[in-house]
Amino acid sequence: MRILEFLFPKRTASPATAAIAKERLQVVLAHERSKRESAEIVPLLKRELLSVIAKYVAIKEDMIQVKLGRDGSASVLRINVEFDGLRKPKRARA
Amino acid sequence: MTKHASKAPGQIIVVTSGKGGVGKTTTAAAVATGLAVRGHKTVVIDFDVGLRNLDLVMGCERRVVFDFINVINGDAKLNQALIRDKRIETLYVFPTSQTRDKDALKPEGVANVMQQLREGYDYIVCDSPAGIEKGALTALYHADSAIIVTNPEVSSVRDSDRILGILAAKSRRAELNQEPVKEHLLLTRYSAGRVANGEMLSIDDVKEILSVPILGVIPESESVLRASNTGTPVILDDESPAGRAYEDAVARFLGEQRELRFVAPARKSLFRAIFGRA
Repeated sequence: MRILEFLFPKRTASPATAAIAKERLQVVLAHERSKRESAEIVPLLKRELLSVIAKYVAIKEDMIQVKLGRDGSASVLRINVEFDGLRKPKRARA
Repeated sequence: MTKHASKAPGQIIVVTSGKGGVGKTTTAAAVATGLAVRGHKTVVIDFDVGLRNLDLVMGCERRVVFDFINVINGDAKLNQALIRDKRIETLYVFPTSQTRDKDALKPEGVANVMQQLREGYDYIVCDSPAGIEKGALTALYHADSAIIVTNPEVSSVRDSDRILGILAAKSRRAELNQEPVKEHLLLTRYSAGRVANGEMLSIDDVKEILSVPILGVIPESESVLRASNTGTPVILDDESPAGRAYEDAVARFLGEQRELRFVAPARKSLFRAIFGRA
């Protein structure tokens, strides 16, 4: 039997599934990486925004919301800020 | 040992993967043994608390007296817990504990042990548990370089990507804003024949997806099971393709240029085809 298999190898080649694996991986990893990056960026962005806004208005940390998401094919950054009132403007230094 | 206190601090290498069963312990044992064979004073540490196995793969399971947790709790000195390999003079094994307490590896205790090992050894190879929980994070935290063990298969590649993200964000080097952990990809259980048939992701596919340089490619080989059966790191089997591929990987890790071997499909000989011994 083995001699026959060697001399007449089966022509029923299996489909090239590796290409499918590669494509699926590239799609899912692109998605997961962008989620990971936004998870890193959002807290930094929030902290910096807070420090700038707090110079001008009375604000606490839980009064600012930063969300990075998608709307259809576009990436959307939503920033929502509540505040209690304006701070008195400081005199500009001479 | 005539190593002085003035020696350069040792390098910490984590062997990690995210996914289980891809060959982390086999790789940690092989790489540590390979480094030690070349004369570097090396210790290999089992970080898989509760599921001690490196001792079996290294063939020293009957010589375990104290473990990692004993040292951290101050019940034993580091030197009492380290097991000197019977084959290679410069090789030591640091077994883990079989406790079920997941918090047993206290961060300060681990940091202290790593500092001591850096002073006494050239290479400290950390065998990480699977997953991305505390155990895996502790294993990679102190690393200077990482060997990511990946099988050419979708779930393994995805998990490797995940662990690469964690290395870049949660390691000590990341936290201290130091030069990032050096990443090396080791492809294991590679079957050149199946790649040629388009059934398995190729070296280039995995390299392209993960964009990490390849340290080595270990062919799927019967010798790996044979080695673990007998507690002999597979790198000591010079006859086996897997052993030689690990040796190449260690040489590359140390900066040598070596061509990849065992990555072309083996041609079927007429003799084998007839008598059927593969």
